Formats: sequence, structure tokens, C-alpha cells
Amino acid sequence: MANKKKKLLQGNGACVEGAIYSGMTFYAGYPITPSTEIAEGCARLLPKMGGRFIQMEDEIASIAAIIGASVTGRKALTGTSGPGYSLMQESIGYAYMTETPIVIINVQRGGPSTGLPTKVGQADTMQARWGTHGDYNAIAIAPSTVGECLTETIRAFNLAERFRTPVTVLLDEVMGHMREIIEVPEKGDHEVFNRVKPTASHEEFEAFEMTENLVSPMASYGDGYRYNVTGLTHDTRGFSTNRTDESIQKLDKLFYKIENYKDEIFKSRVELVEDADVVFISYGTVSRAALQAMQIARKAGAKVGSIQLYTIWPFDYDMIKKATANCKTVVVAEMNMGQICHEVKKVLDPSKKLETVQRYDGEIITPMELLEKLEEVL
Amino acid sequence: MAKLLDKIEIPHDRFEIRLSGSGGQGMIFGSVVLCEAVGQSGNKSVVQSQSYGPEARGGASKADVVISDSEIYYPKAMKLDLLLAMTQESLDKYFGDLKDHGVLIIDTSLVTDFPTDEYYGIEFTRLARNEIGSIVVANVMALGAICALTGLFTKEALTTAVLARAPKGTEDRNKKAIEIGFDEAMKIKKK
Repeated sequence: MANKKKKLLQGNGACVEGAIYSGMTFYAGYPITPSTEIAEGCARLLPKMGGRFIQMEDEIASIAAIIGASVTGRKALTGTSGPGYSLMQESIGYAYMTETPIVIINVQRGGPSTGLPTKVGQADTMQARWGTHGDYNAIAIAPSTVGECLTETIRAFNLAERFRTPVTVLLDEVMGHMREIIEVPEKGDHEVFNRVKPTASHEEFEAFEMTENLVSPMASYGDGYRYNVTGLTHDTRGFSTNRTDESIQKLDKLFYKIENYKDEIFKSRVELVEDADVVFISYGTVSRAALQAMQIARKAGAKVGSIQLYTIWPFDYDMIKKATANCKTVVVAEMNMGQICHEVKKVLDPSKKLETVQRYDGEIITPMELLEKLEEVL
Repeated sequence: MAKLLDKIEIPHDRFEIRLSGSGGQGMIFGSVVLCEAVGQSGNKSVVQSQSYGPEARGGASKADVVISDSEIYYPKAMKLDLLLAMTQESLDKYFGDLKDHGVLIIDTSLVTDFPTDEYYGIEFTRLARNEIGSIVVANVMALGAICALTGLFTKEALTTAVLARAPKGTEDRNKKAIEIGFDEAMKIKKK
């Protein structure tokens, strides 16, 4: 431990390190504040290691480029912020449909539209679940420290490859730009999952075969396997279909390959909820204010707990239900006008009070604001 | 429950620093170097954040550093233990964020109105111009003073951190700036 290499990194820079650790060798993007350091880091590092960095003409082209790269067998990344994430949505749907693993880092700023480019927000939380049209299941995760920017980006790539699906990493401006000293992991410190490749003969190969866990082995273009990739609803060989049974099978595959294995995806930090009167629920940078407020309030004798969501989607309703079983009041804190609070409401026992602390002025929620809310509800 | 807010205190295991001045005085550079110096000097947790975007260009510019022996929860400053003010505007803007009897370091070559008598005044900008021939090292000189006044990092760690980030050819100027800042602070610290 003591002799591990340490580095002072920004959150955005740590995401780059995590992606490279995972084996990411292709980045396409269109630089946008406050995510630009991700593009800069990839532009600096990838060419030195045989990877490719492309600055595309816009975010629509960028997402298309990383989907193409992934189909050739690369682990591929893009970084963006709200406006770019909106532009990417159509093709993110294409990646869901074609079951192409990609990682998108969205460093959130104030919105909608161009909004507050240099300021912080968490208002893309629902977009990460419902951003593209149609039925599908989404994975989105949110780190809260620079060290976690690195490890959660590794986790994002592992989940993308394991489930053959797009994964969104939700940062925010403060997280992306803040610097912390972190340990640089060495080979073997973290598990790196690589996509399952087909073993079938070229003749028998079915690109979207219904396997036991609903994830089909993925052939890279150029491996010699011939298959069709289309956004149209398709059969197990990838050819478009209008048949009702095949349509159901395809959408069920997209949904249940994640739904049935969501325990592999859930991750949260639950602190001191057993005896708590009030429990904070938060994610990303706000969780650090919540933990701080919890620590300060506990010292002053108030019984306060905290639930931090690292996995936002799929949403862990059971954990929320269990971790709030003993409290009287839940305070959902987020930098938007109320997004995750609605998910909490779906599962919260009606005998408990649901309170919110919300900020959407481009500034982060402070421990003092949370303490003031505690004063009000205790 | 009666009045939680009357009973709370900011945790003592955090040391919060703000380097403030105007855009171009190198406060962000200074904060990054400070983090690296602290990082070399032990196993402390460090978080740096800074004013960003239009806010950072001209006007009061600031960078915050939080240092702790344990996990740092909230990454920004809550109540400053140390404020470096390189201009009148930054002093006026941020003095209220300094805790009672917090360490206040002021560039007295650029500040004329003082909100308190309790401060360490060093003429960083004037000394940098007259002794070194360049005002751009005033920020590094201030780090030398912070080193002497707080002991948060060693002079050697500071020198290593500065030289690793500073442009080639500026080594001597930067080393001299650290020495002057350190010595000036030691002089007033003893009083």
C-alpha cells in the first residue's frame, strides 16, 4: 500500500486513467465544458499506446464512431455534457438495440439546452434512464470522489462488456474538475472484464443467440463471422423482423439480460441507518455533503444516516425499502428540481415523511443546507 | 428536538485553505503545487477545487484546498483555517469565510484596508519585483510563507513540487521565491 504510486488528478483525468486501465483504445468525442479534460487526456495518452483519438464534427458522429469501434472489438469511450448527451440519444438507442458495449461519461452542467456551461447540475439523471425512445433497460453509475472516478469507470466498462450494453457514468462539473491525490492502480488490482467471444463455427454462428443469461457472445467485425447489425427489430441472426414472437423475444432480451442480474450491478454505501431518525439519500458530489452533514449532526447528538447510490440505474428499490425501514423521515438531496426523489417515493412506506433538498442554481448543495433541513424535520 | 444548529461544529480534522487573488496571479497553480507538496509530506487526504470559467478570468479568483488525516467528505471549504489574500478585492470578498483566529496572510504591497489586526503581512508582489525581478513568482513566494507558518509540508517538498510544474529555466527564480517567502514569514512568526 505505502509504496503505491500516487497522483494528483482531476475527476475527468481519473476517468481517463480508469478507461485506459480497462483496455479502452478508442475515443471519439466533441469537446464540451465541463468534460473537455476527458478528451484532452485521451488525445494525449491514446496515440502513445497504439490507441486512437478522433475529434468528430459533433456528438452525433462521436457516438456513431464509438459504436463502430466497439463492433470491431475495441473498448470505446466518449465524454460529453448535457447538450452532447441529448444529441447522442438516438444512437445510444441504436447501441441498446444492437447490443453494443460502449461507455459514455456525462459531466453534468446546468440545463436545459446550453444552460449553465461552467456550473454544476445533476438534472440528466432521468435522461440516463429514459433518454432514447422505446423500451430498454439502462445502466448508469455515479462516482463521488476522484478515486471513484477511476474505479467506477473501470466498473462501467466491465458492466458494458458483461451485459453488451451502453453504460453512462454520471459526473458533474464539480466532480470533473476537483483534484484529489489518488493511488494509481497496478495491473491486477482491479478485475477487468472482457467481452465473451463466440466459439461456434462460422456457419452456425447466431449473433443474437438466446443464451442462458440472454447475453450473446460478440464477434468482432473482421473475425470472419458474418452477421447483420441493424437498429430494426431483428431475429437471432440480426436480420430485421416484423414477427410478433421475435419482437417480444428481442425486447425481453434487452430488458431481462439486465433485470435478471441486477444484483451484479447494484452498488450503494449505506451508513448508520439502523438507529437513524432521518436518512439522506443522494448520489454523486452531493453524497459528500450528505456524509459531512451526517458526521456533524451525529456529533451534535442527532440520529442521522445516509444512503449513497453508486448505481443509479437500475434503481435498487429493495435496498431503499430496507435501509429506510427504521427511520421516520427521508431527505432526498439532488442538484435538480426532483428526479430520484420520485423513485424513492415509489417504494417508501407511506408512514414515512419524504423531504427534499434541491438546488438548480449551478451551485452545489452544502452540508449547512442539509443541516438546516435536519433542524426543520428532526 | 431542540435546535441542532446551535450544537454543531465544523470537524476539527479538516484544515481548509483558500488562495485568492485576481485572475493571472497563479492562485490555481499555487493550489495544485500546494496539494502535491502536502501529498509528498505524508499520508494525508487532499482535495482541491477552484473557481472555473468566466469567474476565473479577472476579478477575484480563488482555489480551495482541504487537507485531512481521514476521509474528506465535503470537498469544498466550509470555514477557512487559512486565507491567502493577494488583492484588496479578494480580501474583502473572502475574509468573512475565515474562522475566528484563522491564519490570514495578506500581500501588503497590494492591500491598504485591513478588516482586522490579526494577520501576517508580507509584500509578496513588491519583493518578487525588487528581489527577483518578476512578479509572477509572488504566488510561489506566498507558498513559502504558508510552509513556514503552518508546517503542513516541508520546504523540500514544496521545492520539488514547484520545480516539477514550473517551466524550464525558472528553477532559480522559484527557489529564491520560496526562500524569501519562508524567511519573511519566519521573521514575523517569531515576533
